Amino acid sequence: MTGLQLLTGGEAVAHAMRQIDPDVVPVYPITPQTPIIQGFAKFVADGRAGTEIVNVESEHSAMSAAIGAALAGARTMTATSSQGLALMAEVVYIAASMRAPIVMAVGNRALSGPINIHCDHSDSMLVRDSGVVQLFAENAQEAYDLTLLAPRLAEHPDVLLPVLVCQDGFTITHSAEPVELLPDDVARRFVGEYRIPHAALDVARPTTQGPFAMPDYYYEFRRQQGAAIEGAAAVLADLAEELEALTGRRLGALEDYRLDGAETALVALGSTAGTVKDVVDELRAEGDEVGLLKLISFRPFPAAAVAAALEDVESVVVLDRADSPGGAPPLRAEVAAALYGSGCRLDGSVYGLGGRDLHPADVRALLAGTVPTHVGLRGPACHA
Amino acid sequence: MSRLKTLVRNERGVPPLRGGHSLCQGCGVPLVVRTVLDTIASPVVVVNATGCLEVATTRYPTTAWNVPWLHVAFENAAAVASGVETAQRALRRRHALPADEDVAVVVFAGDGGTYDIGLQALSGALERGHRFLFVCYDNEAYMNTGVQRSGATPFGASTTTSPAGSESWGKAQQRKDMTAIAVAHHVPYVAQAAATHWHDLSVKVERAVAADGPAFLNVLTDCPVGWGHEPRLFKQVLDTAVDCRYWPLYEVVDGDYRLTYTPAQPVPVADWLALQSRFAHLLRPENAAVVADIQAQVEREWDELVGRCGEV
Amino acid sequence: MGELTSWTDLPAGGAVSPAGAPRTATGGWRTGERPETDLSRCVNCLLCWIYCPDSAITLDGETFTGVDLEYCKGCGICAEVCPEDAIAMVAE
Repeated sequence: MTGLQLLTGGEAVAHAMRQIDPDVVPVYPITPQTPIIQGFAKFVADGRAGTEIVNVESEHSAMSAAIGAALAGARTMTATSSQGLALMAEVVYIAASMRAPIVMAVGNRALSGPINIHCDHSDSMLVRDSGVVQLFAENAQEAYDLTLLAPRLAEHPDVLLPVLVCQDGFTITHSAEPVELLPDDVARRFVGEYRIPHAALDVARPTTQGPFAMPDYYYEFRRQQGAAIEGAAAVLADLAEELEALTGRRLGALEDYRLDGAETALVALGSTAGTVKDVVDELRAEGDEVGLLKLISFRPFPAAAVAAALEDVESVVVLDRADSPGGAPPLRAEVAAALYGSGCRLDGSVYGLGGRDLHPADVRALLAGTVPTHVGLRGPACHA
Repeated sequence: MSRLKTLVRNERGVPPLRGGHSLCQGCGVPLVVRTVLDTIASPVVVVNATGCLEVATTRYPTTAWNVPWLHVAFENAAAVASGVETAQRALRRRHALPADEDVAVVVFAGDGGTYDIGLQALSGALERGHRFLFVCYDNEAYMNTGVQRSGATPFGASTTTSPAGSESWGKAQQRKDMTAIAVAHHVPYVAQAAATHWHDLSVKVERAVAADGPAFLNVLTDCPVGWGHEPRLFKQVLDTAVDCRYWPLYEVVDGDYRLTYTPAQPVPVADWLALQSRFAHLLRPENAAVVADIQAQVEREWDELVGRCGEV
Repeated sequence: MGELTSWTDLPAGGAVSPAGAPRTATGGWRTGERPETDLSRCVNCLLCWIYCPDSAITLDGETFTGVDLEYCKGCGICAEVCPEDAIAMVAE
C-alpha cells in the first residue's frame, strides 16, 4: 500500500484514471465533475498518463467520441454530471446497445430546473433504463476503488457495457478524505489490457456496427443487452473479491451495516449512507435495533440480495435522493419490487434534492414517527 | 491510366458498397460513396450518420458494406469519427495497432446530418483539427423521412414541410452556405463537388485525404423522389445544376480559393428548375419575377466566388 | 432473409460481418424493364460501372461483361450515360 493521502473524491478518481492510463478520454466541463477532468488533464500534461484527451464541444459529443474510440479498439473514459448526462442521454442508451465498454465518472448533481449545481441523484436516475451499469460510492475511497474496478467490469466478455461510477457532487467530489491508493503497477496489473470482439480499426475483419433493426429483430437485441447487464452482477462479485485481495477492502453490490437483528432498516445510496451509519451507531448504543442497507450497485439492481438482507426486518425506510413526480421514487420502487410479498412494512422518503443537506436529526426523526414523503422540506408536511 | 480504371483497381474486386441495399432506384448517393472510397488507396473506416444511406444499407441482418462501418446517431457522426481518429493516434503511439498503414476515417452524412442537426459536432471536429474526411452527400432535404426541408434546401423548393401552395412558394429561406462555414474553420482542405463530376470529385478526395488535418467535401447529389424526375435523368439533372452555376465546383486549399470547373456555356437556372417537379410551381408565369431573382442571385454569387478565386 | 434467430444467438451489439450476411435480391424491384447490353458497341469506358447505384455492373478485370440482374433495380441510368448506346432498356 502507498499509505493514506488527503484527497477529494474528484482527485481520487483522477488518480484512478491516471493509473488506468486509458487510451482516449473525451472531456467536456460541468460542475461538479470538473475537478476529475482537470486533475486528469494535469497528469497527462505532466506525462504521468499517456492518454489522448479530446476536448469535445458538448457532452453529447463526449459520449459519441467515446463510442467511436471504444469501438475502434481504444480503452476510453469520460466524466459528466446533471445536464451533461441529460444531454448525452440519447447516446448513453446507444453506447449500451452497441456494447461499448466505456467507463464514465458521474459527479451526481440535480437536473434543472431550476438550475442547481448541488447534489442529488436525478441525473443518474434519468438513465436508469439505458442499460448501463451504475455503481454508487459512499466516499472518496469507494469512488477510487470502484473506478479501478470499472474497466474490468465494463470490458468483461459477458458484460461489454458502459459502467458509470457515481459519487455525490460536492459532498464527495469536493470534500477531502483519507484515501489509500494502490501502487501504480499493482493498479495497472489489475486493470490489464483492453480487448473487444470487433474493433473497427481491425480492417482485415470489417464489421457493420450500429445497424437498423425492424420489429423482427429489435426486441431480441434488447433482451440480449438485458441479459448482459444481469450477468454483470456475477462479474462484479468476482472482481470485488479480486480487488479485495489487493486492497483489503470489500466492495459488493450492497453493504449490510448492522442489519443483524435489526427491526428497522434504512436503505440509501451514496454519501448519505455515511450519515446513516453514524445515526445507526448512536441508536444501537441507545438500544434501538436499527441497521442500514447501503446499495452500491443500482444497476443491475440486486433484488434477490436485497430481499435476503432484509428478510428478518420488520420495517424498511427507503431514502431517495431523486423524485419521480406523479409516481414512486426510483429506489423505493426497486426495493418495493424486491420485497413484494415479504410482509414487512415499507416506507420511503425523498430527501436532499438540489443539495439540501440531510442531518442526523432528520434521520432520527424519520424513525421516530410517521414518515413524510419528503423529509427536510419547508412547508406543510406531505404524507403517503 | 484512366482514373476510372484506377478506381476499379482500387476496389480489388470487392466494392466498398455492394448491391442488395434498399436505396431507391436511381439514388444519387452510391455514386458519391463509391467514388470517394474507391479513390482512397488506404484502408478506410466509415462513420455514417442516420439517414438514407445508413438505413437502407444496414437492415439487420444484411449489410451492403464491405468496409468497417459505424453508425451511432444522426447528429454525431463527426464526433464519433473524432473518437475513431483519436483512437488510431493513441494506439499508433502505443504500438497497439494490427497493421502499419493508417486507416482513413471517412464520414458520410446527408445535408440534414451536416447543415442542421450535425453542425455542432462537425464544427467541433473541424476546430480540433482531427485528420478525417467529412463527406456531405447533399440532396437538399431530409429525404429518408419523406422529403422535409433542411437548411440545405434551396429557396423556392417545394418539400413536405415547406410545400408550395396557394399561399406559398415553397421554402421561403435561403439555404446555408455550408462550404463557407467549413472554410471559416481554417481547415486545410474544403471543396464543393457534384456526383456526376466524379472525376473532379475523385481528384478532390485525393487532395482531401492527403491534407494533414480535417477535410470537408460538400457533394451535391440527386434524389429522384425528392427532386421529382425520372431516375434515369440523374446525369442530366446534376450536370445542369453545375452548368447553370447554381452549384459551382471549387476547392479551398489552406484558405486559397480555386475554381475547378467553368461551364463552357452557362445555362439559365430556369433550365435546371424545369427538370424537377419540386420547382414546377416556380415556372408558372405569375412567378417569373421569383425565377428572375434566383437567376440574379446565382450570377451574383458566381461573380463573388470567381473574385475570391482570383482568376478570370 | 432466412430464419429469425433467438436472442441468445445474436452477435453482441448487432455487429455484422459482410462475409456471412445475407443479401436481398433487389432485382425483384424491376417493374417491367431491364438493361440489355450490346458488347460489340462497348468501349469499356466504365461509366455505367461507376454510375450504377446498385454496383450491378459486372467486370472481368477492367472489361465490362454485363449486368447482375440479381441486384439491378432497372433505373435505366446505365443506358442513359452510356456514350456508345451499348445499353438499352428493354421490356422484361
